[in-house]
Amino acid sequence: MSFFDRISGKKKSAQNAKERLQLVLTHDRTDMTPAVLEALKDELIEVISRHIEIDPDAVNIDVARAGREQRLIADIPLKAKTRQRGR
Amino acid sequence: MSAKIVTITSGKGGVGKTTAIASLGIALASRGQKVVCVDGDIGLRNLDVIMGLENRIVYDIVDIVEGRCRLRQAMIRDKRLPGLFLIPAAQTRDKMAVSPSDMMRLGDDLREEVDWVLIDSPAGIERGFKNAIAPADRVLVLTNPEISAVRDADRVIGILEAEEKGSPSLILNRVNHEMVKKQEMLSPEDVLDLLAIDLIGIVPEDKSVLIAANQGAPIALDKESRAGQAFRNIAARMMGDDVPYMDLEEQGGLWKRISKLTGRN
Repeated sequence: MSFFDRISGKKKSAQNAKERLQLVLTHDRTDMTPAVLEALKDELIEVISRHIEIDPDAVNIDVARAGREQRLIADIPLKAKTRQRGR
Repeated sequence: MSAKIVTITSGKGGVGKTTAIASLGIALASRGQKVVCVDGDIGLRNLDVIMGLENRIVYDIVDIVEGRCRLRQAMIRDKRLPGLFLIPAAQTRDKMAVSPSDMMRLGDDLREEVDWVLIDSPAGIERGFKNAIAPADRVLVLTNPEISAVRDADRVIGILEAEEKGSPSLILNRVNHEMVKKQEMLSPEDVLDLLAIDLIGIVPEDKSVLIAANQGAPIALDKESRAGQAFRNIAARMMGDDVPYMDLEEQGGLWKRISKLTGRN
């Protein structure tokens, strides 16, 4: 890597290869495309919102890798309930 | 005897399966083991030229399967090591000439003859690959630190898992340490992290592999070659020895070795 690459902040090509492979292998192993993930997220938000109050923008759904296992991770923060105190 | 049947496969072609089979055959036979290398690439035979035995072929794997010869007639004895044999692929037929159950039968017959059966799988994930893995007790997936080779290796590992062949072990071939150091090539750690299977060996890129192929003398015969040493180490691990992974940094040159001995670096 040249000096100019370094000051321009260009990524080392091995790192680029690894990141691209991580995405492509997740897709190859699971048929999980970004579009599927997005659709899943929208529907999950809809279903959960029917029962409890959540902030749709805070919901995060992703595929995590653990060894050769792929795991669908949904992070759904619950809204704090404004408590009614005293009677 | 009851041989262990080991298949090397990769998905992608041209990553070094045939070189690996020939060298592991040489390395195991050098340790006094009786070994038969089977070329599973029907129609694109190559293990014969890598082993330097192309002039001795009379019968091939399809002749055995179709009953035109006895098993031992198609086992070509290596000219250097008495315990090493080759069963060549047929050149004028295609992969459909042999079925996975033919391969199971051949594997069972060979178990009685030798200590090790090493099967060279063709590239791809079709019939030839299915044939090659059918009789395997153990599968070694071979790849290069290249984006396309790693992707294909992952696909093959997925298929092996789905077929309940057990978890394969990885041979990472043609690692260029200089490029890894400059972060211009996926490191062995990167590839292992991506593929998440056990490692059985890392083979450095080595010009002498091509020279050895030119001469029909598998690289494991070359005591000076680093790739040859890496294959000898893999053979030792296959036999259950605990061999440390070699230092990829260390060069094979005489001067470097002398300076290492004298403590000058």
